Amino acid sequence: MTTHVQDFLAQARVVTRDLRHRGLIQTALRKYETARDRKKAAFNDWQSARQAAAETKWDAINHLDTYLAEFADKMEARGTQIHWAGNAAEAREIILGIIRSKGARSIIKSKAMTAEEIHLNDAMEKAGYEVVESDLGEFIVQLRHEPPYHIVFPAMHLTRDDINELFQKELGSASTREPEELTMIARRALRRKYITADVGITGANFAIAETGMISITENEGNARLTAALPKTLITLVGIEKVLPKLEDLALFLPMLATAGAGQTLTGYNTMYGGPRQPGECDGPEEYHVVLLDNRRTELLADPEQRDALHCIRCGACLNVCPIFKNVGGHTYGTTYSGPVGSVITPHLRGLQDWKHLSGSSSLCGACTEACPVKIDLHHHLLQNRRNAAVGEPSFFERLAYRLFAFVINRPALYRFAKEAGRLTEPLQKLIRDTPLDPARAWTGTRDLPPMPEQSFKEWWEERR
Amino acid sequence: MTGREKIMGRIREALTVPAPHPGAHDAHGSQAPHTSFKGRPVHVARSWMPPGGDTFEEQVVRFRAASTELKTDFRFVGSRDEAFAELARIRDTEGWKSVATHRAELPSAAAASLGLPVIHTDEGYDVDALESCDVGVSGCDVLVAQTGTVVVTNRSAGGRALSVLPPHHVVVATRDQLVRDLTAAFARVQETYGARYPSMVSFITGPSRTGDIERILVLGAHGPKKLTVLCW
Amino acid sequence: MTVTLFIPCFVDSLYPGVGISMVQILERLGHRVVCPEEIACCGQPAFNSGYWPEAREVAGPVLRRLQDAEVVVIASGSCGAMLKVFYPQLFAGTPQAEAAKALSPKVWEFSSFLADKLGVTDLSARFPAKVTFHDGCHGLRELGIKTAPRRLLEKVQGLELVEMADAETCCGFGGTFSAKFPMISTAMGEVKCAGAAETGADYIVSNDSSCLMHVQGLLSRQGSPIKTLHLAEILAQR
Repeated sequence: MTTHVQDFLAQARVVTRDLRHRGLIQTALRKYETARDRKKAAFNDWQSARQAAAETKWDAINHLDTYLAEFADKMEARGTQIHWAGNAAEAREIILGIIRSKGARSIIKSKAMTAEEIHLNDAMEKAGYEVVESDLGEFIVQLRHEPPYHIVFPAMHLTRDDINELFQKELGSASTREPEELTMIARRALRRKYITADVGITGANFAIAETGMISITENEGNARLTAALPKTLITLVGIEKVLPKLEDLALFLPMLATAGAGQTLTGYNTMYGGPRQPGECDGPEEYHVVLLDNRRTELLADPEQRDALHCIRCGACLNVCPIFKNVGGHTYGTTYSGPVGSVITPHLRGLQDWKHLSGSSSLCGACTEACPVKIDLHHHLLQNRRNAAVGEPSFFERLAYRLFAFVINRPALYRFAKEAGRLTEPLQKLIRDTPLDPARAWTGTRDLPPMPEQSFKEWWEERR
Repeated sequence: MTGREKIMGRIREALTVPAPHPGAHDAHGSQAPHTSFKGRPVHVARSWMPPGGDTFEEQVVRFRAASTELKTDFRFVGSRDEAFAELARIRDTEGWKSVATHRAELPSAAAASLGLPVIHTDEGYDVDALESCDVGVSGCDVLVAQTGTVVVTNRSAGGRALSVLPPHHVVVATRDQLVRDLTAAFARVQETYGARYPSMVSFITGPSRTGDIERILVLGAHGPKKLTVLCW
Repeated sequence: MTVTLFIPCFVDSLYPGVGISMVQILERLGHRVVCPEEIACCGQPAFNSGYWPEAREVAGPVLRRLQDAEVVVIASGSCGAMLKVFYPQLFAGTPQAEAAKALSPKVWEFSSFLADKLGVTDLSARFPAKVTFHDGCHGLRELGIKTAPRRLLEKVQGLELVEMADAETCCGFGGTFSAKFPMISTAMGEVKCAGAAETGADYIVSNDSSCLMHVQGLLSRQGSPIKTLHLAEILAQR
């Protein structure tokens, strides 16, 4: 067992016992579900919209070379510097290089899961730079020195009291339980940071090939400010974020908002086509876009699971996943959690080390149903399991299935096993939920059903 | 080999094996026919999305309903004078002391009518001065009925910061700027600017907001706490 | 018609009443029921764990035995999905690939067979009680079964059906998942039990005994008065 699995199981044990924590998440996600259902109903035909989104992304990903080239060329033509990062280390190096070359000292960031993925903040802080997260949720978890809990709602696991305590401790603010006042405390704290930051770093939701634009979706306006005021702007974006045409956003922006947050449209959807152009009165003098591979091309090379790259990071699959609801976002121990994280992490970080994320699912399929771009998520979890078993089969598990097959394929043996089960039932009752109980994984929390005197097959036999 | 060539090489290699058509795994029912969104008349794609309204009147109703939900202060009046009168009323209610704007005709005239110190952003500006303005008045490209959205660019709205830094953003628009939905909005933007897009195109849907604290809606997280749209 | 019943091992050994009820209902409707004795497992445990060759050791004989059936009816959404949806994937690239594809359209989950294939919803059943229905995930999402069980329950005399919040949320069984990740499985089951309790129902009903085994196990451990029952057992009551 790798330590990732051990950590996962340990964390899962803790959170599943924490009714308060589970209650908090479930309340938050119930609110989301109500809002989402209302906004879905506003669509004339949500299912056709999903199919259109799936096909558009299929086109984008299956012609990625064409569209990515078009995107890069068009952006470069208007003065953006495009960088190509093969992996996390290269991406960090590129970004630190830009920051160093500008003699920058302070950096303001808007939300970017890719930055989490490459552990950018850590690297920048180690290199001596002040990095401030401007998104309220990210700001909060940054102060707590913990990773975001959810790809869209980083502080979902915290109450207003947790945040109040945090702000008092880290910002010296006056005590308040009001979300409005707490937000204003953060707003005031960040105001100066926008104005004085030397470098702004953003993520991206989409990269539009047709017009050479980066599209950023947000509610707070912090990315708008990050992209307006600092002299140097950097956007880190996964290569899979490509969309062919500007008009595709007319489909994707509402679907992202509806599936991701139960909104008609997110507060600010902004397309950036370059640094400050001649005649423009503000904006960064330099704009750098760092394209990140980091093993996405490996996922691309798997035709069975290639559609996992269609993901628009809306978080809908996390929101409906009963595993996520009961273990929480931190238990996954990796950047991308929930169903999509469980599908792609084995590809991005190693199958054998991360197969347990694909294993810890009941394959209920709620994720696949919720996905606005129709990724076959739960079947991909199954495929990861198959690939993992082929790569590194477990001797004992395989033996168990072989033994089972041996017995079940021989009616006489199967009958014997049933009889043995019935006869030893009193003994089983004695050792139930003790270290001797082989069914302890079950009997620890659940009763076993009693074995009836006569099985169905025996009844069928008898009546013939 | 450059970074670009390496990544492109890996992409091309990966794509030599084809992937199944999307939605092919739908086992039952809900599968929409394999009709492509691309290459179909725009009005068909429109048929799946939430409606924006067929007539101007319907679109105003839709924009107004969306604005109410978003807490955008939408005022649709009969004339420019009426609009400026509304603006003066807001100035008094809010207690504005200073205003920022840009030199396009309508926003500039609107700001001037307030009788307050004015900053214009067009030739550059002092950020601290902009930050301490009570309100930013800007034009826009389109108003989108389907979503209650205001589309601005740094060309139509005085730069990147004017519409997001001051705590109150006022948009002045004329009725011909109201369009039905996002598809129409993108088409209008593409028509207006051709290939020389402004470096920022922003779809603003309501005042700045956050739900990061217990999923409770709070306005004015970083961007403007108030958004007023004056249209005549 | 001749209906071939596939009775999975846990129904056979732990819930024979479900199988018996199915036979009674189908015979009352005038059909001839056949139950092959030599097969007892669809192979899903090994399949779900990724051990596909081992799954084929169990599924292969099943496929062979069932391939000439007129229709195959199964009391479980998960076993039904295994045969109907996943056998074509499991046997792809093997000599039995075509047989798996040919079997698929002949496979029916029990409630869907009655309501959709036979068009029968009124079985003259009587079961005066307040019940709530749990949608087993495989039946719901792999086989598209949602209204069939409800249309059948609607016609049961004296029965009051109340919907629980999260009827469609997974109960947490998930096959080997329940033993490999017991803490998560249990937590999910607890949410399901709480949802059912809120309705004030006397029974949780489902079209999948494996879900019910897990939920009942929790209810018993909690000392809850709520009972669980398979849909077939209710429909056979007169």
